[in-house]
Amino acid sequence: MSGGWETVVGLEVHAELRTVTKLFCGCRNEFGAEPNTLVCPVCLGLPGSLPVLNRMAVELAMRVGLALHCEVRPSVFHRKNYFYPDMPKDYQISQYDEPINVGGWLELPDGHRVGIVRAHLEEDTGKITHVGGGGRIHEAAHSLVDYNRAGVPLLEIVSEPDLRSGEQARAYVAELRAILVATGASDGKMEEGSLRVDANVSVRPEGASEYGTRCEIKNLNSLRSLGRAIDHEAARQIELLEAGERIRMETRHWNEAAGHTVSGRTKEQSEDYRYFPEPDLVPVAPDDDWLAAVSASLPVLPAERRDRLAEAAGVAAGDVAVLVEMGLDDLVLGAIGAGADPRVAVNRAANEVAANLEAAAKLTVGAFAELVRMEAAGELTATQAKQVLAAMLESGGKPADIARARGFEALAADALTPVVEQVVADNPDAFERFKAGDPKIQGFLVGQVMKATKGNADGGRVVAELRRLAGLG
Amino acid sequence: MSSGQEGASSPAAGLAAAVREGRASAVEVLERHLGAIAERDPEIHAFNLVMVDEARRRAETVDGAVARGEDPGRLAGVPVALKDNLCTRGVPTSCSSKILASWRPPYDATVVERITAAGAVVVGKTNLDEFAMGSSTENSAFGPTRNPHDPARVPGGSSGGSAAAVAAGFAPLALGSDTGGSIRQPAALCGVVGVKPTYGLVSRYGLVAFASSLDQIGPFAHTVRDAALLFEVIAGHDPMDSTSLDGPAPSVLDAIPMGVEGMRVGLVSELLAGVEPAAAAAVEAAAEALTGMGAKVETTSVPATVYGLSAYYLIAPAEASSNLARYDGVRYGLRVEGEDVAAMFGATRQAGFGAEVKRRIMLGTYALSAGYYDAYYGQAQRVRTLIIRDFEEAYRSFDALLAPTTPGPAFPLGAKTQDPLSMYMSDVCTIPSNLAGHPAMSIPWGSSDGLPLGVQVMAPALGEAVMFRVAAALEGEAPPAPVPAGGRR
Repeated sequence: MSGGWETVVGLEVHAELRTVTKLFCGCRNEFGAEPNTLVCPVCLGLPGSLPVLNRMAVELAMRVGLALHCEVRPSVFHRKNYFYPDMPKDYQISQYDEPINVGGWLELPDGHRVGIVRAHLEEDTGKITHVGGGGRIHEAAHSLVDYNRAGVPLLEIVSEPDLRSGEQARAYVAELRAILVATGASDGKMEEGSLRVDANVSVRPEGASEYGTRCEIKNLNSLRSLGRAIDHEAARQIELLEAGERIRMETRHWNEAAGHTVSGRTKEQSEDYRYFPEPDLVPVAPDDDWLAAVSASLPVLPAERRDRLAEAAGVAAGDVAVLVEMGLDDLVLGAIGAGADPRVAVNRAANEVAANLEAAAKLTVGAFAELVRMEAAGELTATQAKQVLAAMLESGGKPADIARARGFEALAADALTPVVEQVVADNPDAFERFKAGDPKIQGFLVGQVMKATKGNADGGRVVAELRRLAGLG
Repeated sequence: MSSGQEGASSPAAGLAAAVREGRASAVEVLERHLGAIAERDPEIHAFNLVMVDEARRRAETVDGAVARGEDPGRLAGVPVALKDNLCTRGVPTSCSSKILASWRPPYDATVVERITAAGAVVVGKTNLDEFAMGSSTENSAFGPTRNPHDPARVPGGSSGGSAAAVAAGFAPLALGSDTGGSIRQPAALCGVVGVKPTYGLVSRYGLVAFASSLDQIGPFAHTVRDAALLFEVIAGHDPMDSTSLDGPAPSVLDAIPMGVEGMRVGLVSELLAGVEPAAAAAVEAAAEALTGMGAKVETTSVPATVYGLSAYYLIAPAEASSNLARYDGVRYGLRVEGEDVAAMFGATRQAGFGAEVKRRIMLGTYALSAGYYDAYYGQAQRVRTLIIRDFEEAYRSFDALLAPTTPGPAFPLGAKTQDPLSMYMSDVCTIPSNLAGHPAMSIPWGSSDGLPLGVQVMAPALGEAVMFRVAAALEGEAPPAPVPAGGRR
C-alpha cells in the first residue's frame, strides 16, 4: 500500500461441498429447488431427530486438506450455540478446537505462499428473505425462511493473514477455487453462493510487526467485489489512522453499487457461542488406509498443471493460468507432445477453443494438433486456421477435410506465387511505387491478392512474396 | 422362577402368546385395558392422550394377521404405553410442555417402529415431567400423575405416567426414557420393573432430547421377563443414531434361567449411605436372598459415585440448554408474537417453558459460558471419566452391583416442589449409571408403610444378560409386594 502503510488480509472462505446429500441427512444437496422441498426431520431440526455424518463430505474435506498441504487429523464436531431463525436447531454443528484439516499452505501462480490455518467441516444454515423494509431483518414486515440449504455441507477454509492487497486476495480465491473444482469438492460458484468469502482487513505502518485492528468484510459476491472491497476498506482505515482516529473492530458490509463498506455490528462484545462437543455424533478419525486412498485419488492440482504446461510451452506459469483454469491444459500439452508448435497451440486454445468451451470436449488432441501443424507449416493462414478450428468445434471433423471443403488447401505455399505474379503484372505502377518503398501502396497490393484468393492468402506471406519479386527480400 | 408359565409370571408375554395362538383377540385385550383406563385414569392421569381409535385399528390389524395365519410378532396384541417424549407419526408428542402441546411429528421414533413391527398396540402417550426434567411428574404442564398405590403421592419421574400406567394395569408394558433415573426411580415408586439399558443399545432416534449423552430409552413391565422381552424388541443398531452401538444386542431372555450361583455381586456402600432405613433394609434383604441362591455378595466401594449428582447437574442442563434452543416459535409448536424476532423468541420461551425447564436452561447456559466452561462443564466431564474408571475397577471384582433405587418410597404431591435440591436428591442412586453409560434396572423389593420400594441391579456396559439374571433371581425371592387398587391384569 502506498504512503507507508501495509494492508494485511486474511480470508475465511466457505465452500459448499458437492455431495449428493446433505451433511447429516439423506436430503439432496441441490441449488435452486422450490423452497422447503429438500427437507426432512433431521435438517429441519425437528424434536427427536439425530444427525448422521455423510462420509462423502468427510472425504471431500480430506481431499481439499491434502491439496492444501494440511495435516488431516482425527476431528470432533461441536455445537455452536446462537439463536437465529435460519438455523433450525438454534445451534450449528461445526468443528471447533479439533478440526479435520490444520496447518497447510496454498501457492499463488506468482509463487507467493499463503498459510492455511485450518479447513473444517460444518453445516450451512437456511436462507432468509426479508419482505418489506430495506431487506434487513429489523426493517422487514416479515421474513421467509427456506431450509433447503440447511444442513448442506460446508468447508470453512481459514487463511493466515498473509495477503497484502485486494489483487492478491483475488488471486488467492481464484487459486483456491481452482483447487476446490479440481478436487471435485465444490463447484466454486460465487454467484450461487457455493463459494462465500469474508475478508479480515487491517492496515499497519510498513515495517511494523504488530497487526492493526481488523474489520471483517462481508457480502463479497464476486472476485471483483473482493478486490475492490479490500482496497477501499484499507483506504478507509488509513484515512482514519492518518486523521488520528482509531479503528473499531467490527463487521462491515460491502456495498458494490456505492463502492464502500458500511458498518454492521461491532464485535467488541463478542458473542459467546458456548461451544461444547456434539453429543449426537462420534469423533471422526480417518484411518491410514482411508487417508492413503484419498491421497492416491487426488488429481494433478492447478499449480502443478500450470508448471507442466508453462515448461512445455516455454512461457511463464502465470501466462497459462487461464488455460489451466479452463481445463484446456491437457489439450495443449497433448498437441505439443504430438509435435505441434507450442506458441500456436497456446494461442488457438486460449482464443478459439476458450471461446467455445462447451464444445471443447469434442475436440480430440489429434485433430487439434493437426490443425496447429497446418497453421505453423503455412498450409493454412491464421485467419483460415481460426475458421477451420471454429468449424471443428461446431460440428467436429478433421481439419484437412474442412480446409479442403472450403477451398483453403489451394493456397499452399507454391499456389501463392502465381497469384502474386499476376497481381504484379496487372498493376505495374503500384508495383513500381512498392519497389520504391512507398509504405501506403503495400496494403493495396495485398488487398488485390486477397481479392483474387477470396481472402484465403496469408498476409505476411503475400508481403514476403512481393518483396522477393521486388528484389527486396 | 416359573419361566415355563409365561402367562402366570409375565402378563405381556402371556398376552402375546395367547394372541399369536389365536386364544385371545388383540381387540378384546385392548378393550379390557381401555376399560381400566376409562375407569381409573381420570384419577391417576397417567396419560396425556389415549389413542383409542388408532389403538383399535392396530388391534384389528393384529387380529387380521392372526386370522390369515400370519405371525404378528413377539408383542402381538400387547398394549404398550409410550412416554410422551417419543415421537409418534401424526399423533401429538408434547413432552408435557405447553411449547409442544399441539405438535404432531411427521415420523415415528425407531422404538415405536420396532414395537409396532413386533405386533404391539400403542395405547397412548403418558405424562412426564416437562421435557423429562424432574423426579415426580409434577413438572408437567398438564397436571401431575398420581401414584396408583396412593393417589396422594407422586409416581416418581420423569417417566411417572409410564410407570403409573403399568402399575395401574392400563398397559402391561410401557416405554420411558432415563437420563438420571427417570425410568428406575418411578418404577421403584410404583412397584414395577424399570430398565435403563447400556447407552447406545437402544436407538434414541425419535426420543425428544433432554441430555443427549445421558438419555436412554427403556422398558417398564410387571416382571423381569416382560421387561426382557420388550428390551429385546427395541435394542439393536439403528443407522439413524450415530451413537447407536454396532453388533447384535445382548440376548437376555435366554440368560434369565441361568440363575446366580457363583456370581459375584457387590453392594455399593456409597449409594447405601444416606438412604432411608427401609430402603437400606430392602437392599440388605435382597443381598441375603442372592447369597441364599449361591451368589457371593460383598460390600464394596465405588468412590467417585458421590460426585455423580453434582456432575450430572452440570452436564445434563448444559446439553439441555442447547437441545431446547430449537423451541423458538419459528417452525413449530407455540409462538407468541413480539416486536421483532428476538422478542418473539423470548416471549415464546417465556410462555412455553415451565419453571424447572427454565431453571435448567439457565444452569446449563451458565455452565457452558466462556470463562466458566472449564470450571463447570469441563470439570463435570472429568468427574464422569472418574466414575467410569471407578465402576470399571469394581467390575474387575464383581459381575454386578446392587444398590437402592431411591432414597425412600413415593412422597406426597407437593412435598418437594418448593425445594429443587431435595427433589434432585431423588436420583442420587440412579445417576451414576447414566454418567457411566452402564445398564441398570430397578425391581420391586419390599415396602415402606405399604408403599413399594425398589432395589437396583447394575452391570458393566453391555452386561444386560448378567443384570437380567440377577434381577430375575431376586424377583423370584421377593417378599410380597403392595398391590395398587385395580392391580395388575
